[in-house]
Amino acid sequence: MSILVNKDTKVIVQGFTGKEGSFHAEQCLAYGTKIVGGVTPNKGGQEHLGKPVFNTVADAVATTGATVSMIFVPPAFVGDAVMEAAEAGIELAVIITEGAPVKDMQMAKAHATKHGMKTLGPNCPGIITAEECKIGIMPGMIFKKGNVGLISKSGTLTYEGANQVCKEGFGISTAVGIGGDPIIGLSYLQLLPMFEADPETECIVMIGEIGGDLEIQAAAYIKEHITKPVVAFIAGQTAPKGKTMGHAGAIVSGSAGTAAEKMAALEAAGATVVVSPAEIGQAVTKAMAKK
Amino acid sequence: MNIHEYQAKQIFAKYGVPTPKGIMVESVPAAVKAAEELGGPVWVVKAQIHAGGRGLGGGVKLAKSIEEVHTLAEEILGMTLVTHQTDAAGKLVQKLYIEDGADIKAEYYLSVVLDRKLEMPSIVASTEGGMNIEDVAENTPEKIIKVPVDPAIGFQGFHGRELAFGLGITDKTEQKNIINFAKKLFKVYTENDAEMIEINPLIRNGAGEFLALDGKMGFDNSALGRHPDIEAMRDLSEEDADEVEAAKYGLSYVALDGEIGCMVNGAGLAMGTMDTINHMGGTPANFLDVGGSANAETVAKGFEIILKNPNVKAIFVNIFGGIVRCDRIANGIIEATKITDVNVPVIVRLDGTNAPEASEILKKANISNLIVGDDLADGAAKAVAAAKGN
Repeated sequence: MSILVNKDTKVIVQGFTGKEGSFHAEQCLAYGTKIVGGVTPNKGGQEHLGKPVFNTVADAVATTGATVSMIFVPPAFVGDAVMEAAEAGIELAVIITEGAPVKDMQMAKAHATKHGMKTLGPNCPGIITAEECKIGIMPGMIFKKGNVGLISKSGTLTYEGANQVCKEGFGISTAVGIGGDPIIGLSYLQLLPMFEADPETECIVMIGEIGGDLEIQAAAYIKEHITKPVVAFIAGQTAPKGKTMGHAGAIVSGSAGTAAEKMAALEAAGATVVVSPAEIGQAVTKAMAKK
Repeated sequence: MNIHEYQAKQIFAKYGVPTPKGIMVESVPAAVKAAEELGGPVWVVKAQIHAGGRGLGGGVKLAKSIEEVHTLAEEILGMTLVTHQTDAAGKLVQKLYIEDGADIKAEYYLSVVLDRKLEMPSIVASTEGGMNIEDVAENTPEKIIKVPVDPAIGFQGFHGRELAFGLGITDKTEQKNIINFAKKLFKVYTENDAEMIEINPLIRNGAGEFLALDGKMGFDNSALGRHPDIEAMRDLSEEDADEVEAAKYGLSYVALDGEIGCMVNGAGLAMGTMDTINHMGGTPANFLDVGGSANAETVAKGFEIILKNPNVKAIFVNIFGGIVRCDRIANGIIEATKITDVNVPVIVRLDGTNAPEASEILKKANISNLIVGDDLADGAAKAVAAAKGN
């Protein structure tokens, strides 16, 4: 078991033949991910990395039965690509591209929700079920199979956290990078219940950042519904105050989004909150011993 | 990206959002000429800097004669304005906006901003115009109204009515005016990929018309590519020179006041590294994210920018390679030591993609003041010790 993706998940790549898409699709294939094809308009009928290329996502889904799309198209086309995937019946779009306009993501996510498609990202490292399926850009070799689920806004902190967990002798069930953009797809609130329900996951590592209030919402959910131990780190305790001109953002969310506020909420919810990412591994060891 | 008030008002005018008449000037004689052109009888002389709280800082003043415009322009132009939104050093005033005085019957607050929870823009308004809106939200939250607008359906009549009734506007002409104002402002927001628009105060005059007395706009940097007209409004003199220089090389840099220079990949790990240094008793001198496409040149540039800061006593390079390959970072460090005089200890922790190759490269280069950190904790501890001279 794991969450969202496993060794049988059929994946297509949007932006398959581009530089980034090619490089990472090849890495994913080498990891063992079942990439069954890709989409690049006007290259339909060709073959790339030994897999068929299609003109549209609808063609790709009809022929391959893919349920997940990994998206590498340039930022200006991300919204379009996500909406196309949603209408073609894709179940999960993993959006790796960095720098997608916020307005585009807002429209695309609303459209995805309407069609029942989950999204992950944008600007995220992707998702990996250790030793089964890697959909993203993370270095696969640091994710050893095990019983710790990981959710992180930050890509490199995902690697840092997973690496420490594995060095302590544990491993990862599934690690999910959710990205830190203003509009993101799956977040703590959707992923925490999945890990709670996953029999393979025994402990959850949650890595957040300053800004927004997703971690505050997560804390409330953890308090009520999560029985598995949670280890949390919030990056940005020492970050200087943002240099913003207006203050409407903080007012509308009703929260300043500081690290202190988030850490206190998670602590109150029963999570083990560490002050440095260097302490994630040891905290997981302690949490696993207490079980 | 942020713009000046006078630029925001230019955009407002293009969409028919009413503002008082005004002229941007960069000298005292031009200020006088602008005042003559506007005709008076009352003018407002306003400092143009990218920060709020200008009025309280002495950067916005009322003039009742051309002579007074002259005196005030002389006083404000070239002053360093410190407000609650600038740092302690303040900002140099290089531009003024000379504006017609307005007949103010009532002041409101109006903004459009993304509501992250609802994942759509929200119009935020209050009858408490001209106040610090954070204080209003804190002390009297019932005086803040929020009207979320789904961009898929756009600004509809009911949005306008919610806003007008929420602000207690009962006169039918005034209702029509505020609804029109908000509808146009929402169009400004969506069509220009704004991140936020804030008008404080929005005023109602004796004729029941609403005017934007102030205007702040920030834009989604990711969307600037499709708005060359807005990108052209960027005022680099309002931004930190080192940050701008770093951005040219794909580096995200923010100066801080500590002693340990940091070079990290990824914003999260960069913040986590700063937190770790702080927790171990050291102080970070900067935030520096080398980004996903780091190579020898960008790393060398990063060193150059970090070393410009005279407070730096040690540098901690903390890389967890994913897309970033550690061997490229190692070559960058070697490159940097050739170009720049790296006269402080450099603690290097490289993990992830091609880390073994990288440590071979560094070993061979045999750089004298280079210290290897085994992991994040070890590297941070060594950096803190090195900065203290141990």
